[in-house]
Amino acid sequence: MTAAASALPRRWHRFSLSERILRSCFYLLAAVAVIWSIKTIEIIPEFLQDAPAQTADLFARMWPIDWSWYKSGVHAALIETLHTATLGTILAVLLASLVALLAARNVTRSVILNTIARFILVATRSVHAMVWALFFVAVFGPGALAGTLAIAVHSIGFTGKLLSEAIEEAKTGPIEALTAAGATKLSILAKGYWPQVKPAFLGVAIFRWDINIRESAVLGLVGGGGLGMALEAALENLYWDRVGLVLIIIFGIVIAAEILTTWLRSRII
Amino acid sequence: MAGVSDVPAPSPARRAFPPNWPLRIGLVALALYVFYASSILNITWARFVEGFGHGGRFLSRMFPPNFAADKLALLYSGMFESLQIAILATVFGILFSVPLGLAAARNLSFAPLAWFTRGLIALLRSFHPVILAILFVKAVGFGALAGVLALIVASMGFLSKLIAEAAEEISMKQMEAIRATGAPFLSVLVIAVAPQIMPRFIGFSAYQLDSNLRNSALVGLVGGGGIGATLFTAFQRFDYDFVLTIVLAIIFTVTVGEILSGWMRRLFQ
Repeated sequence: MTAAASALPRRWHRFSLSERILRSCFYLLAAVAVIWSIKTIEIIPEFLQDAPAQTADLFARMWPIDWSWYKSGVHAALIETLHTATLGTILAVLLASLVALLAARNVTRSVILNTIARFILVATRSVHAMVWALFFVAVFGPGALAGTLAIAVHSIGFTGKLLSEAIEEAKTGPIEALTAAGATKLSILAKGYWPQVKPAFLGVAIFRWDINIRESAVLGLVGGGGLGMALEAALENLYWDRVGLVLIIIFGIVIAAEILTTWLRSRII
Repeated sequence: MAGVSDVPAPSPARRAFPPNWPLRIGLVALALYVFYASSILNITWARFVEGFGHGGRFLSRMFPPNFAADKLALLYSGMFESLQIAILATVFGILFSVPLGLAAARNLSFAPLAWFTRGLIALLRSFHPVILAILFVKAVGFGALAGVLALIVASMGFLSKLIAEAAEEISMKQMEAIRATGAPFLSVLVIAVAPQIMPRFIGFSAYQLDSNLRNSALVGLVGGGGIGATLFTAFQRFDYDFVLTIVLAIIFTVTVGEILSGWMRRLFQ
């Protein structure tokens, strides 16, 4: 006993030796990565010297903002963006519910189906909405259809993951009671699972709508319709006063959507 | 006998699962909205059917992915640039977010500064990384620098909000103890505040690295450098087999990044 006690280290360390070695390795790796990035990244010095003048020029050209363009160029695009985000979210929630049911291990008792559903959730999420929009523009041509599908498909991953987690956390009591009463599968879903996952379901849908408003405002840059198209048109022609207008409108709807969703969530959940 | 007849018979109208009229009306309204929005967005069944024909051809041109040597060289240079963008944006984003986040915490800073900083953070957060990238491309020219700056600003919006929230939740006892010893403000921050927010801080820094890695594929679409630029060029040249290679590479890198940041979080918690 005494030998063991004296063998204990005199100095107290918060972390074990292996932890400290791992952490030092991590710091070293991080430092190497940063130095490598700074040394090798391509930065053109002339551009950097020019930056303050260009930034001043940018704001000078944006002012005064071309408010008169709103009626002819922005209003329709704004409506299109709002519908793209909403329709995309509805479609996403529908598709995500199906995938979430397949991914939830307590509803679908098949490892193969679970794995396929989980792969769909990961793959749709890691490809950005704008990249999906590029795909759908190539398939369906430019316009709101491509944007809506891009929003819907990209949102499946996020929405479906949260929904499947909510379904898996459902209590088994009501499910067993319904099963014992001889309820059909559909009745069990409607009367056993739905009341339990409803708050999570609505919360996720509202949260995703908020995100999709932001996303759908920029999809037009690659041809997905909406405000991004107006932004692209203004940028192409170097009408910076119109760019300023679109940016203000985007800022406005993002803030409005955030206020609306905060209010809705406090009402519903 | 009279007592038995006093017990009211259960009303035959009471059902275990009464019809949920608000839900039914809501679903009908939702269906009506979907038709209305589809007509506004000019989404028709004919376009879908036509698109699926295109989709088949599109997919057949994507397979098999192109792994030719010259394409791989392009892929590597784009991917490395994206990595550099993500690393630099995360490091500088963290550096700038710490003072901003602490200034926005109402228990550490004074009220006017906290409210001003909160407004600034809300402003930074409301712009999509793509829009920031467009503005920085104008300010500092095409290339990686614009991407890095755009993602630094995007990271600042996200990280400083979370740092402020974490700092507001700390226990004030340690702070009071250190202050009572007469320590200057910086020592209070380092000894009393930093250890309390460190675990959460590392958690969202790791998340931000993931998110920057994903977004670094995005800023390139509008001239911010990295793999996004390679992807956009491939799309414009109808190099769809190379597009698939790039998308697979992005999914792979993002997945590896998520695993690495998961390790990092476990190492420090």
